[in-house]
Amino acid sequence: MSRLVEQLKGGLDAPICLTWELTYACNLECVHCLSSSGRRDPRELTTAEAKSVLDELRDLQVFYINIGGGEPMIRRDFFELLEYSVDNGIGVKFSTNGAFIDADKARRLAAMEYLDIQISLDGTDAVTNDAVRGNGSYATAIRAMEHLRDAGFGEFKISVVVTRHNVDQLDEFKALADSFGAQLRITRLRPSGRGADTWHDLHPTQQQQVQIYRWLVAHGDDVLTGDSFFHLNALGETPLPGLNMCGAGRVVCLIDPIGDVYACPFVIHDQFKAGSVRDRGGFAHVWKRSALFTELREPQSAGACASCGSYDACQGGCMAAKFFTGIPLDGPDPECVSGHGEAALLAASSAAVPKPAMDHSKPTRVPVTIGRRVTSGAGHQM
Amino acid sequence: MLDRTLTLDQRVALRPEPFGALAYHYGNRTLIFLRHPDVVRVVRALDGDATLGETLAACDIEERRWPSFATAFSALEESEMLHEPTR
Repeated sequence: MSRLVEQLKGGLDAPICLTWELTYACNLECVHCLSSSGRRDPRELTTAEAKSVLDELRDLQVFYINIGGGEPMIRRDFFELLEYSVDNGIGVKFSTNGAFIDADKARRLAAMEYLDIQISLDGTDAVTNDAVRGNGSYATAIRAMEHLRDAGFGEFKISVVVTRHNVDQLDEFKALADSFGAQLRITRLRPSGRGADTWHDLHPTQQQQVQIYRWLVAHGDDVLTGDSFFHLNALGETPLPGLNMCGAGRVVCLIDPIGDVYACPFVIHDQFKAGSVRDRGGFAHVWKRSALFTELREPQSAGACASCGSYDACQGGCMAAKFFTGIPLDGPDPECVSGHGEAALLAASSAAVPKPAMDHSKPTRVPVTIGRRVTSGAGHQM
Repeated sequence: MLDRTLTLDQRVALRPEPFGALAYHYGNRTLIFLRHPDVVRVVRALDGDATLGETLAACDIEERRWPSFATAFSALEESEMLHEPTR
């Protein structure tokens, strides 16, 4: 392991990669939403509070932030916060489903500096995409990309969560990105948020993991991954580009819409909550002094993986993926490419699988039966 | 390399870290790790007049370490963090 990675594991004075989810409100209800978003939380940070967080990040010399949600553009003060951030020397990359990028907004965005936009898309056709992201979301995303292109925004990003159903489309995603002069970003599906309910059906098979690894070895230099596939490094001699380490609480963290600070965007759970930007001392105190982040910066035990020859390559995989599938944190990744994940998943009692701390999903619409309820008859479904 | 004169791009910010510093280029959004406090010290000392070698000497860097600094300077130039001074 390089000396740099060793040092980064001990933590930085400020995060390199900070994700800030501005709201839990969303127009979509993606089945794998990491933050179980849907409805706004009444406790969300006010404009003034958000600006004082940005002041702090400026003082900490955080160079750029990743803004997400929910759908961040739903916030009425979205552009105000965007401009405040950029004016303070904090570059912004924001993730959006594109629903609020019309021709006007695209021109406004194109006129700004230090701004990156990431449009989420989980299929290169409407059927594949909409099955995960909801009806009409494919058309919405493509329309937003067209507006950005027509406004001369330049290189935006197309962000894909790789699933069992779109893994065969990686070449097509790349071609789509190229056709827009955009950059492709692919990330790993996590069993976080609503993803906990859908992960078992959506996550790539063992064979597909190999497919992803090979594809990344061939194309990795042109494709962003947020370092999310480091568990695949056990598959071969060629390490994937990136730092290949879990950055949670060390170089990465999440600020959620109500100001709570978590170790990473994939672990919205009390066990990984380090504090709040509303606490005395603000974000800086949480980052530098919280008990949780201090602990995450200590050397971690290889646990059950200690005897595996691949541990140096895969680092035991993703903490969030283990946690939300009920696997102990020093156990193997549920998608362990050496095949240790399946046994660990079986051993994990489903009763012990932790639930996300918060759920802002919209209420399920229960079909209402008008008239007399049919209660008798054969074939009655339990 | 060391007989050249390079200067730090104005769009680059240096953030001190335990291992040295992070260098971030706001123009091309490149992030580079400066992996020793001495590298940070030398980069800050580049004034656009002295050559890299002269700056290393002025910063009391032992000559046997100069090749590793030359490598760091090359990486920084490649990412446009260092460039020749515009006269």
